[in-house]
Amino acid sequence: MAETIQIQVNGEARDCLADATVGNLLRELAIKTERVAVELNLEILDRKDFDSRSLHAGDRLEILSFIGGGAPMGSHVRERGFVHAE
Amino acid sequence: MQNDPLIIAGREFKSRLWVGTGKYKDFAETKKAIEASGAEVVTVAVRRVNITDRSKENLLDYLDPKKYIILPNTAGCYNVEDALRYARLARAAGVSDLIKLEVLGDERTLFPDTAGLIEAARILVKEGFIVLPYTNDDPIVARKLVDVGCPAVMPLAAPIGSGLGIRNPYNLKIIMEMIKVPIIVDAGVGTASDAAFAMELGADAVLMNTAIAGAKDPIAMAEAMKYGVYAGRLAYKAGRIPRKLYATASSPIEGML
Repeated sequence: MAETIQIQVNGEARDCLADATVGNLLRELAIKTERVAVELNLEILDRKDFDSRSLHAGDRLEILSFIGGGAPMGSHVRERGFVHAE
Repeated sequence: MQNDPLIIAGREFKSRLWVGTGKYKDFAETKKAIEASGAEVVTVAVRRVNITDRSKENLLDYLDPKKYIILPNTAGCYNVEDALRYARLARAAGVSDLIKLEVLGDERTLFPDTAGLIEAARILVKEGFIVLPYTNDDPIVARKLVDVGCPAVMPLAAPIGSGLGIRNPYNLKIIMEMIKVPIIVDAGVGTASDAAFAMELGADAVLMNTAIAGAKDPIAMAEAMKYGVYAGRLAYKAGRIPRKLYATASSPIEGML
């Protein structure tokens, strides 16, 4: 049994394998990398680096994409957190 | 008026009606309304992907990237730092350097924080973004936005989602006379005549969301807006008659009994 670490993904705690990369996690979550932005500990990652950036315990990962919007929809960004799409 | 493109930062835009994609019942309705509007530029927001339920559909599955120009916004950002973060994330998500920049100053009015807006615009322009700022109907702020490198400005007609129409046509007119980049009237229109009025004033385009998405029949309203923008643009180019206080007869007096 491989060692696991705990990280935060979109504000929620999640376990992943100790040697996992950002790319591994995205595939595990079935997230297509096109039109997705990934921020690791506030650093925006280049798509080509997803498979080389490994995750460490306590990492905070944000995975974002585009949703319908024009005018703000009542829910606003607060502090330094993100608002969920749904 | 077949060949009347809007050009911003060297990019050509076919439609002068730009639309937001929020507040619709579902993606099918969003798609139909956008098609009916004839819009080419559609705005989207950047938000967290739902990682717990991956079965949820994505808006962009409904919008053909070959057909539409996706314009991400920084909606919901109340300070410069957040606006920069969202703009950079939008670019990383990989559509283009275009960003509709919003730095809001107040939750009730959603009026822009114009000082923060100018500061954020300056930074993003330096980073290579094509910054389209949502701003107040303030001519001096519009000029400052151009000075920091915005290739167009987007003054509001009225508060976002209010449907009040053009509250200050004289300020908008001054902005149009004062600055030489395209003006896109953004936010506050309620119905097709508002859109026509904005275009008659000399706006280069109109951006709206709620006026269409919130209508009883969004698809019919989208079509109405298309014609409103088109009629207003034609009337602007045709040149309206001057206003006069008294009548001028249209029929000749000569030949009367």
